[in-house]
Amino acid sequence: MSGIYIHIPFCKQACHYCDFHFSTSLKKKDELIHALAKELLMRKTEFKHSTVDTIYFGGGTPSLLSISEIQFLIDTIHQHFTVSEAPEITLEANPDDLSVSKVEMLAQSPINRLSIGIQSFFEADLKLMNRAHNSTEAIECLEEATKHFDNISIDLIYGIPGLTNAKWQENIETALSYNIPHISSYALTVEPKTALERFIKKGIIENVDDDAAQEQFHILIDTLEAHDFVHYELSNFGKANYFSRNNSAYWQGKPYLGIGPSAHSFNGNERSWNVRNNSIYIQNIENDILPKETETLTTTDKYNEYIMTGLRTIWGVSLDKVAQDFGKNYKDYLLLQAESFINQQLLYIDNEKLLVTKKGKFLSDGIASDLFKINL
Amino acid sequence: MKHIRNFCIIAHIDHGKSTLADRLLDFTGAVTAREKQDQLLDSMDLERERGITIKSHAIQMEYTYEGQEYVLNLIDTPGHVDFSYEVSRSIAACEGALLIVDAAQSIQAQTISNLYLALENDLEIIPVLNKVDLPSANPEEVTDDIVDLLGCDPEEVIHASGKTGFGVDNILKAIIERVPAPKGDPEAPLQALIFDSVYNTFRGIETYFRVFNGEIKKGQKIKFVATDKEYYADEVGTLKLNQVPKKSVKAGDVGYLITGIKTAKEVKVGDTITDFANPTTNIVEGFEDVKPMVFAGIYPVDTEDYEELRASMEKLQLNDASLVFQPESSAALGFGFRCGFLGMLHMEIIQERLEREFDMTVITTVPNVSYHAYTNKNPDEAFIVNNPSDLPEPTTINRVEEPFIKATIITKADFVGNVMSLCIEKRGMIMNQTYLTPERVELTFEMPLAEIVFDFYDRLKTVSKGYASFDYSPIGMKVSKLVRLDILLNAQTVDALSALIHADNAHTIGKKMCEKLKELIPRQQFDIPIQAAIGAKIISRETIKALRKDVTAKCYGGDISRKRKLLEKQKKGKKRMRQVGNVEIPQQAFMAVLKLND
Ligand SMILES: Nc1nc2c(ncn2[C@@H]2O[C@H](COP(=O)(O)OP(=O)(O)OP(=O)(O)O)[C@@H](O)[C@H]2O)c(=O)[nH]1
Ligand code: SF4
Ligand SMILES: [Mg+2]
Repeated sequence: MSGIYIHIPFCKQACHYCDFHFSTSLKKKDELIHALAKELLMRKTEFKHSTVDTIYFGGGTPSLLSISEIQFLIDTIHQHFTVSEAPEITLEANPDDLSVSKVEMLAQSPINRLSIGIQSFFEADLKLMNRAHNSTEAIECLEEATKHFDNISIDLIYGIPGLTNAKWQENIETALSYNIPHISSYALTVEPKTALERFIKKGIIENVDDDAAQEQFHILIDTLEAHDFVHYELSNFGKANYFSRNNSAYWQGKPYLGIGPSAHSFNGNERSWNVRNNSIYIQNIENDILPKETETLTTTDKYNEYIMTGLRTIWGVSLDKVAQDFGKNYKDYLLLQAESFINQQLLYIDNEKLLVTKKGKFLSDGIASDLFKINL
Repeated sequence: MKHIRNFCIIAHIDHGKSTLADRLLDFTGAVTAREKQDQLLDSMDLERERGITIKSHAIQMEYTYEGQEYVLNLIDTPGHVDFSYEVSRSIAACEGALLIVDAAQSIQAQTISNLYLALENDLEIIPVLNKVDLPSANPEEVTDDIVDLLGCDPEEVIHASGKTGFGVDNILKAIIERVPAPKGDPEAPLQALIFDSVYNTFRGIETYFRVFNGEIKKGQKIKFVATDKEYYADEVGTLKLNQVPKKSVKAGDVGYLITGIKTAKEVKVGDTITDFANPTTNIVEGFEDVKPMVFAGIYPVDTEDYEELRASMEKLQLNDASLVFQPESSAALGFGFRCGFLGMLHMEIIQERLEREFDMTVITTVPNVSYHAYTNKNPDEAFIVNNPSDLPEPTTINRVEEPFIKATIITKADFVGNVMSLCIEKRGMIMNQTYLTPERVELTFEMPLAEIVFDFYDRLKTVSKGYASFDYSPIGMKVSKLVRLDILLNAQTVDALSALIHADNAHTIGKKMCEKLKELIPRQQFDIPIQAAIGAKIISRETIKALRKDVTAKCYGGDISRKRKLLEKQKKGKKRMRQVGNVEIPQQAFMAVLKLND
């Protein structure tokens, strides 16, 4: 089982907080789509022995693609790869692209899951983050999408300067009122070199507040868990049978093929990533060159990755797996390092699995880093 | 001997000694074009990177002047006040000194102090006005300043540029015509002065000497007078860019000696080398042992590295005999060493050399000077306190004395007010104020040495906009009202953060310490109270709030590598921190007191 991720590097406008790779000029869209198709062809041997179980259009803004462009890329995948019977095919979509007619057409296409970038239902938040849509579009697109799709995920952002706990609660309730089965929710993060960082430095936007973010994170967990959502990954909540199959693969160390500029791939031993530049990407592909860099993971790298991703999920870090895959000394090391966190009630062991407590969840990167092994 | 000249180059820091030495070496053909590089004599990586000279360097040149060949032994010296003892050693091996003065900066504090060192040793002084190529150079005025200082003729001041090479011929001419040839009896028993020693991994200790009488021959059985040790001279020679082995080095000349000595301590700078069978009766007057001015604990970040740290320090000491250390232990940091340094720059350099040459990550505790404590029981006997933790119980103390210095500061008239306020804040007493010129003022203070350890240089630089130079010399101990300021983290005293402070400043400093530590210690998974205390009394407190968020919410396929590397870096950063109790303290927090005003 494996997944294909296709990166669509275009957006209408740049959200202030975003550090993903995209261009706001659509001039090269046609060329890029052809390059994507060609990269799929060039890399078809990489998944010779495995069926494709998930296809994910991410970005950027994949909803900028026309139905025929989407269809063309899916057809290309079918041409070069073995696709399973009932693949999960997700399209990331922004509310401003989801017109009534677009949703109807998407429903006719092979796309069977929508991941909608709502972020907030409040105008002030959307403005502050420079999102392309407004609060009306946020509501209307959900009304339309839920008519045709059952498997929908929405993104919500918390910890936005000015977002009170009450408003945050309201955002969650609005989402719940549409009976959405999956929610991805992130704390607003100030990434280096983003507009948000600049505005905060200049004092135009108030800085994010970790204490507020933590409170809202807990509100999120409590509310969603009360509505039968499973908190299966740090930022992901799903009802039974609605966990994202694509994303779960990332956290469970399954292989995936990343197509398009800046896309990352993993084959079990190597991670590789394509250039973060549309023109260079297109040029190389046209010249039959894969513009990627590759890194081979050492045992320690793999151990560190397993700790880092495992602690984020309800599956935790399996002590048996650590012993089996990396050796007993890794397991001993892990237990030794984990001890002080267990004493502080940040980690616990249940059924031979190392898991993060509720108190520890918002600190889990720092904890993971302490459990890392590093070769000096 | 008539055709040998021994001279050193002395100046204030950065006035261009090493660069001018480059030009002399080029001009006399001592280095080939291929060997050429800027500040060639600054051979340590650290010297090259920082652009300063730390150690004196001797080198020999040959030069034909008016048809006669001369041998010129040059010693380049450091300008920084921490290393002034290096200057005094070099001076003892010479008959003349080039006194370099920057044509834009004029006479500065170390120009004067180094000049006096040279005059005390009766050296012929050749004043050189350097950097005349600078657009900001002020040759007429600075020449006047030099004339005033030396009482010489304006014509005696040689105008030169280490950058362009201008004036180098005149300098060589002056060296030959004005510096006296060495005197001495080549037939007398061997009498040579040790002025430096260098550690070489392969060859052991190389001893640098100046022969005053007789000669030193390869294979000769010799004796070091002060240490009373005998050796065979396995190899002797002169100091070109590479060492040149010789059958003998004769009276008047400068050279090196290899005897298979392995430890630096056996070679005492200032000691006399003589013939074993036929010893000299003239002992060259030795130097005082170098006295450390500043003390601090050095501890391995990882307690397991203690033995390795010891080995590294011992090796470093072979190279740098001015470093002293002895084992000590700290409740907070475990086993380490109390080290004595020549000054703050020296301390910084030792820490950096441990890191880069020996790959030792260390924690340096709050530095302090050496105090004398007298107890009520024993009011006449000084108890030496090189570590604040050694201070006896306050109730048992009769009095405490701290070292004072005479500080000389040269600055522009505009900044006199600022400099005075700073020095008074630092418990200084103004002793003298002299206008060297209408714009330039020399201020003399008496102040506690401890005050220049804490954050003095940076502030002097700031209040004078960089136009102040500073020099000091110890003047003895004085009684002071000192208290020990302790720092508690999570209710536990961290002895490595304790400092002895004048009672009147203790509250302010305690408060600033708490604030600074709050800034430097990263938030952890729990609240960390920071307290400053004198005895049992808490005088200030702050709290480092527990970390609330330490996670990036998003983790896509693409992020995994990047994120893993980020967390690996975070982990490496923590490896450089020291866990005290359950609090992780970064290296630089221990130096916090030195930067209280940033
Ligand atoms: N323009 C100009 N710059 C010079 C001249 N001589 C030296 N410099 C510059 O001044 C700085 C200090 O030169 P050094 O030769 O390292 O000075 P120094 O006196 O040996 O310094 P310390 O050994 O640290 O006391 C360097 O940046 C040199 O490039 C000169 O004649 N003209
Ligand atoms: S739409 Fe998505 S990818 Fe595009 S700028 Fe906004 S957050 Fe970034
Ligand atoms: Mg120099």
